[in-house]
Amino acid sequence: MNGATLVRKNLFRKKLRAILLLFSILIAFLIFAVLGAFNKTLNAGVETAAADRLVTVNKINFTVSMPYAYWGRVASVEGVKNVSQANWFGGYYQEPRNFVQTFAVDPETYMRAYPELEFTQGSAEAFFNNRQCLAVGADLALQYEWNVGERVPLNSNIWQQQDGTSDWDFDICAIFDAEDDNVPANYALFHYEYFNESLAFNRDQVGWLIINTEDPSMNDAVSQRIDAMFANSPAETETTTEAAFSKAFIEQLGNIGLIITLVTGAAFATILMIVGTTMVMAINERTREIAVMKTIGFPAPRIFRMVLSESLLLSLIGGLLGIGLAASLIWLMSQSPAVSGSLPGLSVGWRVTFIGIGFMIALGLITGLIPAWNAMRANIAEAFGKV
Amino acid sequence: MTEPLYQLTDLSKRYTRGKESITIFEKLTMTIPAGDFIAIMGPSGSGKTTLLNLLGGIDAPSSGEVVFEGKRIDNMSQGALAKWRAANVGFIFQFYNLMPTLTAAQNVELPLLLTKLGGKERKQRVRTALDIVGIADRAGHRPTQLSGGQQQRVAIARAIVADPEVLLCDEPTGDLDRATADEVLATLQLLNKELGKAIVMVTHDPSAAKYAQRELHLDKGRFVEKELVT
Ligand SMILES: Nc1ncnc2c1ncn2[C@@H]1O[C@H](COP(=O)(O)OP(=O)(O)OP(=O)(O)O)[C@@H](O)[C@H]1O
Ligand SMILES: [Mg+2]
Repeated sequence: MNGATLVRKNLFRKKLRAILLLFSILIAFLIFAVLGAFNKTLNAGVETAAADRLVTVNKINFTVSMPYAYWGRVASVEGVKNVSQANWFGGYYQEPRNFVQTFAVDPETYMRAYPELEFTQGSAEAFFNNRQCLAVGADLALQYEWNVGERVPLNSNIWQQQDGTSDWDFDICAIFDAEDDNVPANYALFHYEYFNESLAFNRDQVGWLIINTEDPSMNDAVSQRIDAMFANSPAETETTTEAAFSKAFIEQLGNIGLIITLVTGAAFATILMIVGTTMVMAINERTREIAVMKTIGFPAPRIFRMVLSESLLLSLIGGLLGIGLAASLIWLMSQSPAVSGSLPGLSVGWRVTFIGIGFMIALGLITGLIPAWNAMRANIAEAFGKV
Repeated sequence: MTEPLYQLTDLSKRYTRGKESITIFEKLTMTIPAGDFIAIMGPSGSGKTTLLNLLGGIDAPSSGEVVFEGKRIDNMSQGALAKWRAANVGFIFQFYNLMPTLTAAQNVELPLLLTKLGGKERKQRVRTALDIVGIADRAGHRPTQLSGGQQQRVAIARAIVADPEVLLCDEPTGDLDRATADEVLATLQLLNKELGKAIVMVTHDPSAAKYAQRELHLDKGRFVEKELVT
């Protein structure tokens, strides 16, 4: 027997109580880790954004397009190494619920803008030379089991062709993936020219520009130059870093960070109160035993540590079980092609786990502090008086 | 002359409740030699438990000195007292006060967690202590699986396992029937005679007091001594 035996036996002396406490802690950390996993995955674009990439959008809103000529004009701005342009196609495959994130791009400059993309099937040349080519991200290809050589029609819920239809035919001629597994490859690319020529309205517009600067240190100057160039024109621009752009894009879905903070905050506040009061009561019930230990000669600081260890152990067991359960659930979800297609790389991850462990330690310390203090200060003679 | 185990000098204990002040005892002086076995008797509320608490350093006197083997303990810090208790004093209570989650052997081992002894030696000591009180066959049982007399034996084993100088017992047989009480008292007597442990035992039971070497009657803050068998 040692100090740890005492802590363990005391913690589990009332099995039902311990299990209920563990369960409530488990739930809180389950919520935390599941939301954390989604948040991480949604923000992967923000974190993996290249430092030298800028995005120029219409100042009104990034869903509003800009004149085609802007592309060429930005290319001549000092400090710009490469400019590409992209357009939101908003496609779906067969049925509207089969959403396929598709962009009409200028292939050559686009691949130059994103050097981290590499072709795993087909080739860059195939993409560049075939006007009807659909270059498919590896995660997306996996989701719909698409292979090079297949013909797929995609519908747009935004655009219309001149003949009144809104389905475009594509040849899958290349599949690409990102070097980094955390970067989602869950979208498809096709030729801007094919797109633009068939449009019934809004021709000769570009959705946004992607700029690589000569050096990240020039980012600010380049953004200012671009925005100054279009100031006081009918379509003013706003140029930001890719990270800021990704963030704004995600926030279209709602302020996910705030939702996560509120939900996990509420869960933690609840368990803090439940575990806190239960610990105080549990230790109060043991006042007499603690007095006996002191009588035997256990020093007050050791009693303090013992009680604190109990609440820490409780919090760590419950929390780790919660994160473990979250990791299993998230893993199961990520096995579904629908999820891996739209949220590739979905997992709890180390960052969330470590933050979680930090919370567990904090929870254990906060809930243990008052009972540990009470136990440490309890007067032996008085404790024995209370039979 | 050898040093006494305890020397109490002008010991007073008062409790103040608001403006009211009650004196439990006033200028009490007494000597307890090493190896003594004293039974302390007296009416309820006369301060017997209070006196044991002062001897055990779990309560401090209002004035006066408690000297143990030449060292004052009444002005020691809480931390120093805890250390001192672990090394010198064993406590035995009326209601045993065993840890309900621990087995008999683990209860006895508890004070050894405060020593530097290794696991093997601790086990050996626990075994010996349980043997002395005659309860080694119940080592693996929890307190709820033991009778009152058996629990008190475990409590005695716990009190002696760290080899203290003195055992302080507050009505150790108060909750036991006659026959069981006699067994427990015989064990205490054995510890006193064979192992030389000094024992200060508070009791209401005159026949329990007979096991001691001497009886002290505490009444209205004063002692009346009665020498018993030698
Ligand atoms: N914390 C306290 N505050 C005030 N009075 C106290 C306190 N503790 C004990 N007393 C009083 O001191 C007196 C002596 O108490 P003590 O417990 O020592 O008596 P006792 O002789 O052990 O009695 P019993 O035989 O009933 O156990 C009692 O009158 C009690 O009310
Ligand atoms: Mg008493």
